[in-house]
Amino acid sequence: MPQNTIPDGEALLLPSGEPIQMIDADGGAVEQGGWKEPYVRPDDARLLSGYEHLVLGRRINDQAGALVRQGRLAVYPSSHGQEACQVAAAMVLGSEDWLFPTYRDTVAVLARGVDPVAAFQMLRGSWHAGYNPMEHKVATQATPLATQLLHAVGMAHAAKLKGEDSVVLALCGDGATSEGDFHEALNFAAVYRLPVVFLIQNNEFAISVPLSQQTAAPSLAHKGIGYGMPGERVDGNDLAALLAVLGSAVDRARGGGGPSMVEAHTYRMQSHTNADDATRYRSDAEVAQWVPRDPLTRLGRHLAAAGLLDEDVEARIAAAAESVAARLRDGLNAEVEVDPQDLFAFVYTEPTPQLREQSAFLADELARSAGATIENAEGGLR
Amino acid sequence: MTTVSEPEFRTDPAAPAGVPSEARAAAAPAAAAVERLTGVQTLTFAKALNLAMADAMEADSRVLVFGEDVGTLGGVFRVTDGLTARFGTSRCFDTPLAESGILGMATGMAMGGMRPVVEMQFDAFAYPAFEQMVSHVAKMGNRTRGQVRLPLVVRIPYAGGIGGVEHHCDSSEAYYVHTPGLTVLTPSTVADAYVMLRDAIASPDPVVFLEPKKVYFSKAEVDLDALRARYTAEGAPAGESSGGHDDGGQAAPSSTIGTAVVAREGTDATLIAYGPSVATAIAAAETAAAEGRSLQVVDVRSLVPFDDETVCAAVRSTGRAVVIAEAPGFASMAAEIAARVSERCFHSLAAPVLRVTGFDVPYPAPKLEQFFLPSVDRILDAVDDLQWED
Repeated sequence: MPQNTIPDGEALLLPSGEPIQMIDADGGAVEQGGWKEPYVRPDDARLLSGYEHLVLGRRINDQAGALVRQGRLAVYPSSHGQEACQVAAAMVLGSEDWLFPTYRDTVAVLARGVDPVAAFQMLRGSWHAGYNPMEHKVATQATPLATQLLHAVGMAHAAKLKGEDSVVLALCGDGATSEGDFHEALNFAAVYRLPVVFLIQNNEFAISVPLSQQTAAPSLAHKGIGYGMPGERVDGNDLAALLAVLGSAVDRARGGGGPSMVEAHTYRMQSHTNADDATRYRSDAEVAQWVPRDPLTRLGRHLAAAGLLDEDVEARIAAAAESVAARLRDGLNAEVEVDPQDLFAFVYTEPTPQLREQSAFLADELARSAGATIENAEGGLR
Repeated sequence: MTTVSEPEFRTDPAAPAGVPSEARAAAAPAAAAVERLTGVQTLTFAKALNLAMADAMEADSRVLVFGEDVGTLGGVFRVTDGLTARFGTSRCFDTPLAESGILGMATGMAMGGMRPVVEMQFDAFAYPAFEQMVSHVAKMGNRTRGQVRLPLVVRIPYAGGIGGVEHHCDSSEAYYVHTPGLTVLTPSTVADAYVMLRDAIASPDPVVFLEPKKVYFSKAEVDLDALRARYTAEGAPAGESSGGHDDGGQAAPSSTIGTAVVAREGTDATLIAYGPSVATAIAAAETAAAEGRSLQVVDVRSLVPFDDETVCAAVRSTGRAVVIAEAPGFASMAAEIAARVSERCFHSLAAPVLRVTGFDVPYPAPKLEQFFLPSVDRILDAVDDLQWED
């Protein structure tokens, strides 16, 4: 098959021979070879914009870890090392498109425009979903693995029925590919030929379980052919390659070409969360192998070589990231006000009579514990 | 942008390879579109559900029906018969055979502005969708502080009494009523089948709609014009959106959600039942009447929200109560009803509240179900045990 032509049928469904890479670990350009599609590297201005998001994402990951240690967040599943996947997922979408993230995808959520303090409410413990999904078309961060992929399919199905040309991008990890909902979501998306792109961040671990114990497939991208959808694999630490491959998948979806799945090879540089101890299941030497492949370092080198990134620009980008981190810090350091009546306010559109009773009970209990008389207790839901 | 040649898709995934779809179409009679019945009609319970969906789809283009075999076949119980023929495959369609997929996709479609009505083919076949039901469908409104509501309906044929083999007769309501965020309804009459399904579809919150399959083909005369008059042209319950009626006439009826009804008047004791047990309770009341005892029957019909007011008023009026349900009694809906009535009506009660339920065993094989199901005799024996000193 000659290069730069798009294969039909089964050849399109199978991934390229190697993960697509456009910028190597030293920042050098990679020549095309063995790619099944003629992916086009984004221009350097777009990559510089992406680099700013990467720096911010790294800063947010670091800041959130610090806030856990300070007791301001209950827990944080860091995407340190996976920032390129996070940023690319947001950058390839338009304002009418939807993102369906998981708990590890906070950086992608922020890159889509969600307010950082709002996004951290779940991990802060003040509510479950802290931002309005409809505002930036970012679904709530899903904790039950792979369940959100079906919601993405449904959103895409609704868009198709309404005649809209919006696209849905759904995120999951390598562990989630073992879940039944992963299978059902990809199958439904393919059967109805829906505009969905599934981005699997293969970071090698599902908490402690390595990929080798998760699947016997040649690669996760090979699973696409089983559903009749194109699968592709990409260097998940190479923002340029991610933007190119995901952009192609998004274009295909928007043009009516149906769903795609993309496996991004990356690595979870830190523990599953701060409550996890990764030294119990992997060696420091293994982690060290991934340090030179860092997504920020390589893109920074590339942009510096291209003359777009010098110390001044780097300082400006760092300062912008620092100001967002400061805003997050200040927002989470402020004492959170919770309203006990919120327990009952949102379960149904109109609280049931039973919830109204329980609401009044709690209001009365709180009033009595505050020393008020029962007569003064203005009870319950408004 | 790349252009990709379109892979060949069979239009009907169920079509065996090599059989042209035209040949299959010629072999099968085309399903007739749902007819536009009006006025007073004798309908089956299943037909009332069918018309409720057709009318809701007519009123609101966001209403979609999907599930396993609901399209071409019209559902294994024919409840969706003719919907695809009338509204097309984008409004009523078959899905791959995966219940979690059905409910998860419905969740996303509801987020995307649709109002999905999905069918789980049988009670026990809904279990693969349990995670979507409990972790997402039930919680989405609460998780998002009301910013994302899920107006979807999950129709589930449930309960026994039809001689079904295993996995086809479960009374699974306890799982759903125990899950905050779900509305759980179960009609028992033909008129309620129509009205309650329309109310469910109009609800802004997710509804688990339990259809007692034993009564699917029971018939009753209903005035369709009167039932339809309960709804606006857009499909909302007229009584809710129109507010107070000051025209001197009766206020338009509002949603049945959260309301129980007295299905039969009586003065000596109250039988509290729902779904498939309502008919059994009424039969028991008829037998008791012949023996000189007047039994009242309450049809709970809305399990969540529960109508404490109507149920307790009924029990207080008689002073005695028996709760009847097919499901195993331990930690069940019947247990909850008995507890609520005991707490609220204690000083009106002449005897402890009793329960007649299924035994705490898996739903039995067909030749054994007669020993399991609440029967008229078992209900009347319970009534006899309500401490009749006078």
